[in-house]
Amino acid sequence: MERRVVITGLGWVTPLGDSIEAVWKRLLASECGIKKTEIFDANTFPSTFSAEVPASLLKTIQQINGAAHAGASRNTHFALAAARAAWQHAGLDTALALDPTGVGIYLGGGEGPLDFHPFATAAVTGCRDDHGNLTSLDTARWANAALKLLNATNEVEQEPNLAGGHLAVEFNAQGPSINTLTACAASTQAIGEATHLIRYGDANVMITGGTHSMIHPLGVTGFSRLTALSTRNDDILTASRPFDRTRDGFVLGEGAGIVILEELVHARERGAPILAEITGFGSTADAFRITDIHEEGRGAIAAMKGALDSAGLGCEDVDYISSHGTGTEENDKIETLAIRTLFDDHAKSVAISSIKSMLGHLIAAAGAVELITCVLAIRDQIVPPTINYQTPDPNCDLDYVPNKSRPMKVKTTLSNSFGFGGQNNALVVQAFEE
Amino acid sequence: MKDERRVVVTGLGVATPIGIGIEAFWDALISKQCGIRRIESFDPSGFPTQIGGELPLFKLADFIPKSYRKSAKVMARDITIALACAYHAVTDAGLRTKCIIERGETSEPPNIDSTRLGANIGAGLICADLQELASALSSATDDDDSFSLKHWGSEGMGNLTPLWLLKFLPNMLACHVTIVHDAQAPSNTITCAEASSHLAIGEAYRTIARGGADACICGGAESKINPMSLARQQLWERLNIEDNETPDRACRPFAEGRCGSVVSEGGGLVILEALDHALARKAKIYAEVVGFGAGGNASSWSKPDPEGKALALAMRKALADADTSAEEIQLAAPLGTGLVDYDAAELAAWNNVFGNHSDEMHALTTRGTIGNNGAGAGGIDFAAAVQSIYQKTVPPSVNTDHPDPQCRMGFVHNDPVDANIHQGLTVGYALAGVQCAAIVIREFEE
Repeated sequence: MERRVVITGLGWVTPLGDSIEAVWKRLLASECGIKKTEIFDANTFPSTFSAEVPASLLKTIQQINGAAHAGASRNTHFALAAARAAWQHAGLDTALALDPTGVGIYLGGGEGPLDFHPFATAAVTGCRDDHGNLTSLDTARWANAALKLLNATNEVEQEPNLAGGHLAVEFNAQGPSINTLTACAASTQAIGEATHLIRYGDANVMITGGTHSMIHPLGVTGFSRLTALSTRNDDILTASRPFDRTRDGFVLGEGAGIVILEELVHARERGAPILAEITGFGSTADAFRITDIHEEGRGAIAAMKGALDSAGLGCEDVDYISSHGTGTEENDKIETLAIRTLFDDHAKSVAISSIKSMLGHLIAAAGAVELITCVLAIRDQIVPPTINYQTPDPNCDLDYVPNKSRPMKVKTTLSNSFGFGGQNNALVVQAFEE
Repeated sequence: MKDERRVVVTGLGVATPIGIGIEAFWDALISKQCGIRRIESFDPSGFPTQIGGELPLFKLADFIPKSYRKSAKVMARDITIALACAYHAVTDAGLRTKCIIERGETSEPPNIDSTRLGANIGAGLICADLQELASALSSATDDDDSFSLKHWGSEGMGNLTPLWLLKFLPNMLACHVTIVHDAQAPSNTITCAEASSHLAIGEAYRTIARGGADACICGGAESKINPMSLARQQLWERLNIEDNETPDRACRPFAEGRCGSVVSEGGGLVILEALDHALARKAKIYAEVVGFGAGGNASSWSKPDPEGKALALAMRKALADADTSAEEIQLAAPLGTGLVDYDAAELAAWNNVFGNHSDEMHALTTRGTIGNNGAGAGGIDFAAAVQSIYQKTVPPSVNTDHPDPQCRMGFVHNDPVDANIHQGLTVGYALAGVQCAAIVIREFEE
């Protein structure tokens, strides 16, 4: 018999806070976590705002994480806090006789923020001659400066696999440890692949999800150059407008979402809370273009279909879709088309929302945070809204749960994440039934 | 729970400092060539370590359809290496993918369903092109010539090409490969440094075994031959700083008096395929993948565990998964960084798992020959181990001739040795063993 995989713990760090219950309430109340960017002075950047984890919260998290993790990147601090909450939620902090070799980690962990100031200073130094004149890069001069200015710990902590390393030590997790970075799809992929590891028997417990912050000068630069970010600097609270006709790009967010996945019998034997079950996962590639999503949503359709097929479900079984819903012109149009194509007659009757309207886009961490809201939607029989939805777009003609959360029957949910470059992932989460 | 489908290796594609393509690489390996030299692609004179393993000149145009050439401008070096490896792997496997057909190399129809071809490609933290980024950054300064974030936001960033970010996202290796070869099945990008390739190959193995794909292009690629990577490795004190004058002796895995690693560039992508699919198209079968295991160092993320427990656990899990035992392994393929403490930890793991049987095992490490490229190292090592089993030959391992007293594995020092290898075990681990992975490869028998 196939090993079933259930969710026994939830934790997150988001722009709206780090308590599962408090943030969930704020999402249901249509609150928005977007503010003027404070991490660095973004006043002259095309987008001057983002959805940051509040500085005071980060400080508290760093204190709790303690001296042992003092050199960790922002991502790692988020991941530790979210994982600690999930671990405690699952009752694993007091679990007896837990086999550490059966506890693994699968994160969609982003690269840590670049140590920007010393990097930029070295770059400028490398491009000046002895008289201060601008030259092309002199690598030897750069090396001299860089080796003095850059810090070994800050550099190594940027490695995307390091958050997982910190988690392994913190929770004595000796099982499989893996990090994926399929851009915006990473944490959904991590949770899906972690599900497979448990099903196969590689682990009994997986600490999985994602963590990421790209709110740093080069991260914002990269997305700004791609013209992917909203530049609605004069109305930042309504800047993230998924599926609305006036949408002009996504808002960069940051944070972490971690879930504890557990093999059902293992969870039962230790009396763990069973919050929901992961029943399906689909992963595909568009194999189309680096810069564009396949026009017909080929990869997105295949990922959703793969997830539903593996769960043994049809479209009519899905109550709610937590969409990728970034608020870019292209994503929202094609995601809608993909849902319409796959769901056909059922497309108009499924509730769809994008919490990116409230939290911004957490990039690698987005999918895990969204998955957590699916679990809570199942628990509380209510789905979160897509806020800032005012002007219908003929290309986006489905039910996006506009502006207000909606009490409804929620038994089966689908959570979508699509990465830049065309890697697509979808998970099916269902109410647990015997 | 063991799945039903058997998974075999049908294609090997490597790009290494001693050769691109499995034949060129293998010929150089058995004739004991070394690919470590003074770095030529940039001026390394400002660095304590000035040597590395650079790839022979290659033309991206040889590995992609003509229509895709314009995309080259959005590719970091790592991506071009992955495309070279993917082309070689697909060609070696006799797969007629979109790339092969569009290049006009066959008039036959595809022999793999695109929706059943996956890609699982490990990647590193890709470094931005420093020349490009530094000259853009240096355009944004205050009157005192110091960098100005204000000027960067208002004008400086405009000096970067709009698609700048896409060059350096680690998932772009897999994305370009899937586009060129039209691989639409499960796709992943594992970013776990030197463990990436093994984790990617292991995951692809499981995906095929459970029926999620019929074949996968899997492994990894990375280039550490750029100033930023070299600076990072230098800051982490991982590099040999003593042997700039004798580069071919610089990386000495598991040797007495070893004193550090050497950076390089390269990759290894292989085709894993469901046995029934491979047999149906009468593919050449190199070997079978029969076991995978993984673990992580729970004692530290910065210092290797002197006992190598996590790596030992990964090896034991792989052996159990293969339903075999340490005594039935004839070839050990360790990573062998050449770092004093890393190699000691790795040896502890091998000795722990293999005990006295270590003395009877052949061993192969390519580090002394091709250096350490990070995420692509494991793909190359996997390919070398597969080829060793297939060719019944163990090539020499450069610079292993004065072994550490703890080293009990039988590296070949000069001429290649004939050997009937039924099973081999290959491993990779990241940093201080933060992620560890092991794969058991078996000689193919129907």
